[in-house]
Amino acid sequence: MIELIKKLCESFGPSGRENTVRSLIIEELKKNGVDFTIDTLGNLIVTKESKESQDAKKILIAAHMDEIGLMVTFIDEDGFLRFTNIGGLLKNTLPGRKVVFENGTVGIIGQEKIKNTKELVLDKLYIDIGAQSHEEAKSKVKIGDMAVFLAPFSREGNRVMAKSLDNRIGCAVVLEALKKLLSFSLPNTVYFVFTVQEEVGLRGARPVAYRLKPDFGLAIDVTRVGDTPEPEFNTNVALGKGPTVKIKDSSVICHPQVTNLMIKVAENKNIPYQPEVLERGGTDAGAIHLVREGIPSGALSIPCRYIHTPAEMVDLDDVKNSVSFLSELLKVSW
Amino acid sequence: MLITELSQIPGVSGDESRVRDFIKEKLSSWGIEHYTDSLGNLFALKEGKKNGSESGLMLSAHMDEVGLLVSSVEKSGHLRFYKVGGVDERALITKPVLVGPNDVMGVIGAKAIHLQKKEERKKPLKIENLCIDIGAKDKDDAERVVKVGDYVSFYSEAGLSGNIVKGKALDNRAGCAALLEILQRDYPCSFTAVFTVQEEVGLRGAIVAAYRIKPRIALVLETTGAIDIPEAKNQDHSTSLGAGPAFTVKDQSIIAHPRVLERLIEVAERQKRTYQFRRYGGSSTDAGAISLAGSGTAAGVISTPCRYIHAPVSMLLKEDWQNLVEITDAFIRSVYEKGLEI
Repeated sequence: MIELIKKLCESFGPSGRENTVRSLIIEELKKNGVDFTIDTLGNLIVTKESKESQDAKKILIAAHMDEIGLMVTFIDEDGFLRFTNIGGLLKNTLPGRKVVFENGTVGIIGQEKIKNTKELVLDKLYIDIGAQSHEEAKSKVKIGDMAVFLAPFSREGNRVMAKSLDNRIGCAVVLEALKKLLSFSLPNTVYFVFTVQEEVGLRGARPVAYRLKPDFGLAIDVTRVGDTPEPEFNTNVALGKGPTVKIKDSSVICHPQVTNLMIKVAENKNIPYQPEVLERGGTDAGAIHLVREGIPSGALSIPCRYIHTPAEMVDLDDVKNSVSFLSELLKVSW
Repeated sequence: MLITELSQIPGVSGDESRVRDFIKEKLSSWGIEHYTDSLGNLFALKEGKKNGSESGLMLSAHMDEVGLLVSSVEKSGHLRFYKVGGVDERALITKPVLVGPNDVMGVIGAKAIHLQKKEERKKPLKIENLCIDIGAKDKDDAERVVKVGDYVSFYSEAGLSGNIVKGKALDNRAGCAALLEILQRDYPCSFTAVFTVQEEVGLRGAIVAAYRIKPRIALVLETTGAIDIPEAKNQDHSTSLGAGPAFTVKDQSIIAHPRVLERLIEVAERQKRTYQFRRYGGSSTDAGAISLAGSGTAAGVISTPCRYIHAPVSMLLKEDWQNLVEITDAFIRSVYEKGLEI
């Protein structure tokens, strides 16, 4: 699984340009003989029909493939690039970072002279791709091209560090659970969906939920933690203490039917879990639960430090427990 | 000219009926079947010349413009107002306006400059400091011709001078005019053209319009800000006049579908038409709502660059608009000839 996580994290996939990540996941699906479809916006859908009952409930599992990134808006006379954000970039993490474009072009984020950190806005930043002229820059990159952080994957003990663990770790968890469940006959019909464009406003999940008309929705994503020195977020969630059962974030108040079932399964199967109340942030569950006549939804999150920076961190026990948690959840009738 | 005719018509978000009536009349005279939905969106069903050639294509342009709404009438007969859509408050003072369905003439007034205190002169006037003066003697006099809830539109004569078009509401009457221009031409395939309502207050018409017709592909004809003025650095221009219509890669509401964007570039290149990319990553268009309707739509945006949008008078170049029409025309034909695999 480590190799899979590394491959997923190191691949290129800002919102709207998820094709590389999708291809990687498709490769894994094909290796396991799993069929799939892709919808208009690019969501990747795997359907596992229940053969146990005519009126089996339908559950949509959503893990987003996209990551935050940058988009070129202007190439200046000297070949420096100006950019806008794709999703929630944290300005203070940008200067000095390397970024990479889909075609492999690498650049550094540079910063104009500023008097104090309050003046640090995107307009003051640029990307330097080493071009020595406007023409040279234009031959490598054009307006509208997107870039993501260039950051290697590392492992220290039980923790892994990488860019875009948000939410490639979620994709990895769903893929592993899917593989585990292949030989099982399930009481529910399950749609495993790898969604697009979550980081720009939960956009992929909505149309795919509309198409599939599930009875329940469950997002698999990362969540913030409060276990670091003077943490920025007021939460008890900590790395290594298990996956979370989301109660609320800014996009959704999770349906009690879903959260109660999650807690019951975790307790029955002795899977460590943490309740999660996220002050700021949303997940695909926020979009799914408002589709059509309303779809009771929840979320299982993997605790993650330094979200939306070029170096995020998760705990491998949490990852393993998330896989077991999701698999066990899908083995019970909803 | 269609753009200038459309520009003159008052049609603030929620009050698009006069724009709609103008367009309906054109459609009827050209024999194009059309209908209006409950929110006021106007759907024109363009028949293709080849039978059974439904393209799954939706073209759209919003009819509404930003403006004001009367919120109360003062004892003195002056009207207080709210903004409808993104209006630059600082641009309001001394502008002529039309109030209500009977187009009562008014002027946005404020304390005269020589009566303002030193501090007051330094700050731009806020909406609370402004009122609409319709020359009424008092409240009763005012209420004989206007009422709370009346829409207020900018009064600004549209003009055409060589390549330059000026007028109010070019955002997005230029898009409506382009769509009408397209509808007069013959195409092998059928498609639906939608003139939407309430874009400026949150893409509201497009949400239900796209849900109704469930298009496979959508192209939104828009007007976008050009900030190519001496005060702004080149990198902040977003778009420039004369550089051709702008294709959106990403704004606040959408990341344009790559297949639609690629096809726009392809037909523009083939036709040797000038085009540019919109460089500003913010603000929204109907395409955002359309792309998420139903099971999802592959959507893109093509815009005429326009200076001073959302102000009482704006300016664009006819050649940019003409190139928008021709690229859109080529896009429709290309979708028919080559299909468009999503």
